[in-house]
Amino acid sequence: MSGTDRTVDIARGNGGVADRTDSIVRYVFLSCALVTILTTLAIIGVLVAGSVEFFQHVSIVEYLTGTEWSPVIRPQSYGVLPLVWGTLVITLGSALIAIPVGTATAIYLSEYADPEIRKVIKPTLEVLAGIPTIVYGFFALSFITPIIQQFFPETGTFNAAAGAIVVGIMIIPMVSSLSEDAMSSVPDDLRNAAYGLGATKFEVSTNVVVPASLSGVIASYILALSRAIGETMAVTLAVGMTPQITANPLESMQTMTAYMVQIGISDVSVGSIGYQSLFAVGLTLFAMTLAMNLFSMWIKSRYREEYQ
Amino acid sequence: MSTENPFAESRGDIERKRTIGRAFVAVCFASTLVGIVALVALLADVIYESWGWVTWEFLTYPPSQAVENFLPDGRGAGIYPAIVGSIFLIALTAVFTIFLGVGAAVYLEEYAPESRLKSFIEANIANLAGVPSIVYGLLGLAIFVRAMQLGSSLIAGALTLTLLILPIVIVSTQEALRAVPDSQRQAAYGVGATQWQVTRDVVLPRALPGIMTGTILSLSRAIGETAPILMVGASTSLFVAPDGLTSPFSAMPMTIFKWATLPEAEFQHIAAAGIVVLLTILLLMNATAVLIRNRYDPRS
Repeated sequence: MSGTDRTVDIARGNGGVADRTDSIVRYVFLSCALVTILTTLAIIGVLVAGSVEFFQHVSIVEYLTGTEWSPVIRPQSYGVLPLVWGTLVITLGSALIAIPVGTATAIYLSEYADPEIRKVIKPTLEVLAGIPTIVYGFFALSFITPIIQQFFPETGTFNAAAGAIVVGIMIIPMVSSLSEDAMSSVPDDLRNAAYGLGATKFEVSTNVVVPASLSGVIASYILALSRAIGETMAVTLAVGMTPQITANPLESMQTMTAYMVQIGISDVSVGSIGYQSLFAVGLTLFAMTLAMNLFSMWIKSRYREEYQ
Repeated sequence: MSTENPFAESRGDIERKRTIGRAFVAVCFASTLVGIVALVALLADVIYESWGWVTWEFLTYPPSQAVENFLPDGRGAGIYPAIVGSIFLIALTAVFTIFLGVGAAVYLEEYAPESRLKSFIEANIANLAGVPSIVYGLLGLAIFVRAMQLGSSLIAGALTLTLLILPIVIVSTQEALRAVPDSQRQAAYGVGATQWQVTRDVVLPRALPGIMTGTILSLSRAIGETAPILMVGASTSLFVAPDGLTSPFSAMPMTIFKWATLPEAEFQHIAAAGIVVLLTILLLMNATAVLIRNRYDPRS
């Protein structure tokens, strides 16, 4: 940094080299930011264009209401419900694990844990979110499924239960970390007021802190579920590739994402119905996660508790 | 709470409340352990399955279809092309991401006025962060591989990963820029610096450690991503390392995916060995990020 340069710039005044550089730089940075908007437009454009081709061959009604999914193998059928069903089973199953465990963890970290302990546990749990999902898929196959088979010998190598369990583990830190942030930001005045009325620590935690932080807590649930819907490699490995609507979690199913992987690793030719179905399923997946992400943002802003 | 509590109806009531309180803490603590235990079990499982399979040959040889070749007395087989592929992929992604991510963040923090455009861009970035990674894979397939005719190449994979991690890099860079005190900007303007000079000579150098930390953490996420590069057409088993921007490539997660799906039981061990290599590289990247943060954190 040399001061002389700057005096020269001032001397040049408006229209000088420095000013011109400044406005060029400004546009370069602006265009970097606009790349993100272009990305969104491109995602929507690509998904919609591919889906339009798909729906020229398949009726939307059949796609949305059909209960058989086999776009590549004859006899072909194009009902997306088995894939949606598989996705829902995994999402709800993982929610059954991640929501209670994550919420209780958040309460422990926010209300009970020593600050020193919290400083260790919170980042440790966040490691769970940083592990590649392919590793979770491997973990499901080599560890979770054999354990399930100990209790239910009829369980297949690929089953929805193992997939739901690993996805549940994977999203625990999303729930616990974001909920803990929300709970920690509840001011101590509220807690002290409750203690002053004779409330126990349990009552303060469940009747004061949790309700006061509810918008943040629920937003964390929705974000975690949205992540579970879009999760790919763990469910591809663990749940398998059998699109079917069954209530038995010990059977193999197929999620929307796992179907996309199946087509991705096969050599479908461009323009074939299999290739086009990728975009229709991708659009369905995108629409579901987009709706949940927007909902989560809305809840957070709509019900945000402001404390002075 | 003493037994004098006027709100308690009886001594038994207090005892009951204490029991509930203790049970509740126990449940919450047990829940906290669930995540920790799962993490330990996962790491133990991977290490147990890979024990004896991570050899020097595994790191330096191309893969093989035959399990025997992976064994210590075999001809030698491993994950080498995928390691090189992953490193090239991440290096390229880093170049694109740093340029685009830092540029976008600088615009939003230093240049953009508080306007509808700015809040629209920021809301859009938050949304992009929630788009499933496989959708980015479809985007890469349609735009980079097909429309731009790049084929299933290293550069198509890197561009796809760039778009995937861009939202996280922008947000973390914005935080780093925000942490630079305004007084320093004002001081620079006071001696007559232009906005670009302030950004280049004052703000960016001060924010650099934070930017690097965030970028390395995002890249370590990208190196483990499988779904997007799979859609772009990364190869599951490639026997040579990539040698140019447009050459076909494999990457560690792809190779692990291939091994994990093979029916022979021994390939489970090989997949686990691949995971150990992947997690080691991830750990090194995370450690670097933490080191940079601790080294330059003004609070420490």
